[in-house]
Amino acid sequence: MTDETAVLSPSAVGPHRPAAEGGGRGRPGQVWRSRRYRWDLRFSPYAFVAPFFLFFAAFGLFPLLYTGWAALHQVELTDPDSMTWVGLRNFTRLWDDEFFWNALRNTFTIGLLSTVPQLAIALGLAHLLNYKLRGSAFFRVALLTPYATSVAAATLVFVLLFGRDYGMVNWVLSTVGFGAVDWQNGTFASQLAVSTIVIWRWTGYNALIYLAAMQAVPGELYESAALDGASRWQQFRHVTVPSLRPTIFFTCVVSTIGATQLFGEPLLFNGGSGATGGSDHQFQTLGLYLYEQGWVNLHLGRASAIAWAMFLILLLIAGAARLLRGRKDSR
Amino acid sequence: MRSLRAGRLTYLVLGLFTAGSLFPLVWTAIAASRNSTRLAQTPPPFWFGGNLGRNLQIAWTDANMGTALLNTVIVAGTVTAGTVLFSTLAGFAFAKLRFRGRRMLMSLVIGTMLIPPQLSVVPLYMLIARLSWTDRLQAVILPTLVGAFGVFFMRQYLVHALPIELVEAARTDGASSLRVMWHVVFPAARPAMAVLGMLTFVMAWNDFFWPIVALTQNGSPTVQVALTGLGRGYIPDQSVIMAGALLGTLPLLLVFIVFGRQIVGGIMQGAVKG
Repeated sequence: MTDETAVLSPSAVGPHRPAAEGGGRGRPGQVWRSRRYRWDLRFSPYAFVAPFFLFFAAFGLFPLLYTGWAALHQVELTDPDSMTWVGLRNFTRLWDDEFFWNALRNTFTIGLLSTVPQLAIALGLAHLLNYKLRGSAFFRVALLTPYATSVAAATLVFVLLFGRDYGMVNWVLSTVGFGAVDWQNGTFASQLAVSTIVIWRWTGYNALIYLAAMQAVPGELYESAALDGASRWQQFRHVTVPSLRPTIFFTCVVSTIGATQLFGEPLLFNGGSGATGGSDHQFQTLGLYLYEQGWVNLHLGRASAIAWAMFLILLLIAGAARLLRGRKDSR
Repeated sequence: MRSLRAGRLTYLVLGLFTAGSLFPLVWTAIAASRNSTRLAQTPPPFWFGGNLGRNLQIAWTDANMGTALLNTVIVAGTVTAGTVLFSTLAGFAFAKLRFRGRRMLMSLVIGTMLIPPQLSVVPLYMLIARLSWTDRLQAVILPTLVGAFGVFFMRQYLVHALPIELVEAARTDGASSLRVMWHVVFPAARPAMAVLGMLTFVMAWNDFFWPIVALTQNGSPTVQVALTGLGRGYIPDQSVIMAGALLGTLPLLLVFIVFGRQIVGGIMQGAVKG
């Protein structure tokens, strides 16, 4: 935030016409108008930012704090107004809850399975899109269309594609000589399938972000690398990737946050059986477990505790990333 | 900017990934035009059948897709209008006006981006339950009416796009803040408002976690909530489910086909500046 941009303050504007034209300073109408004008200058900035903060206070800040309070109570969905103080019991129960650890593990695995390939493919695609390309607008828009598809619609299609008996994926697999895979009931298979939906929806979006960053890399860097006899791959490896490091870091953070909150895909990949994340909880994520505790089992207090646990895990990851980044920068 | 010409291999690889991006969408339409018996056969169908009209009709009536689409248009439209308006107001103030606490408030705006939505979902639900808003559209609209990203996006744009002389000139002419907003800021911000509007509309249309929590009973679902009902097998016919998915996706795809280039530009612009 630079200060040069904010030159417009009441004092910087100087005299304004209604008062400056003078002459009638004493007339009550003019005085009133000039006073109103000064008030307008002083208070309108606050009026402009007020809607954001009002809505945020009501629907963002208050709920945030209240979650911590609710996590210390027993609250049931059927009667959210009656709360019984239970201290840290929601948290200690979570600690002993095998489904919580299972959901945490699944969130981690699915996050890894979806984020790493997604960002790697996006980087490669961005590199290709950065070439002088005929029909580049078409490729960009086409690669972004999955972004416009909702979680619900995308997951329903993939449920069909990953069907065990008549799904297209298994048909292709058996045509090329592999056996059919039970994508819904196998632990690893189902997590891979859920990850595929995430990868499909977000790769194009990330590719565009990388492409934008690539176009900001000065061309001289490539020219001098080419003069040094660097091949295209070496240029990619030693010029593109290092220049993109902040952007890559940014997308890693965003994807990690997204992966922690994964919810719609595992909910709907389940077919008919509710929020358990598969018959054996094999692809139940933390987000889904929160939903199951709160809105299927009706324990809002426990759901709040899960929300706080998720937040703490995110903070831990952020801290670790910061440490990692700090070490890299100091090298 | 690089000027390397793309080779055949580049086109081949890009073509493959493009096909991969588009295929599930095309196949949604193919599956929606068949019937469930045909979908339960190998090999799966690769071309359109003749059942599209019938399936769309069943999805429309049985899953209440008509009401759901209307609800979603109302929700996404209101959220988009609100986000664009409030973001432009706040973005202008943060970009061009000097006032006490400006820096602190802007940091607060950015800080709100780091709060995961799960963290507020329980109290938010209790709040709308107490207001008796469950299953009513305002339960979905009001909590998402403002967003930090929008404020940030408009601020970044207006810092460069709006010459301060224009604002000063209007001020010297005695224009009130509202007039400055209307005659100077909005015209200058129009391109960014359009991009922010499209991005917000896509996001609001596809929002899932909060609507499914807030609109649990079948009062007034959005398209995404209605699709969940389809997926849970209230209507077991797969081709009808695909017809529903098609109905929920098609409007946005049309927006995308018309405004695709601008949306792409907006995402890339946001990426560089963000």
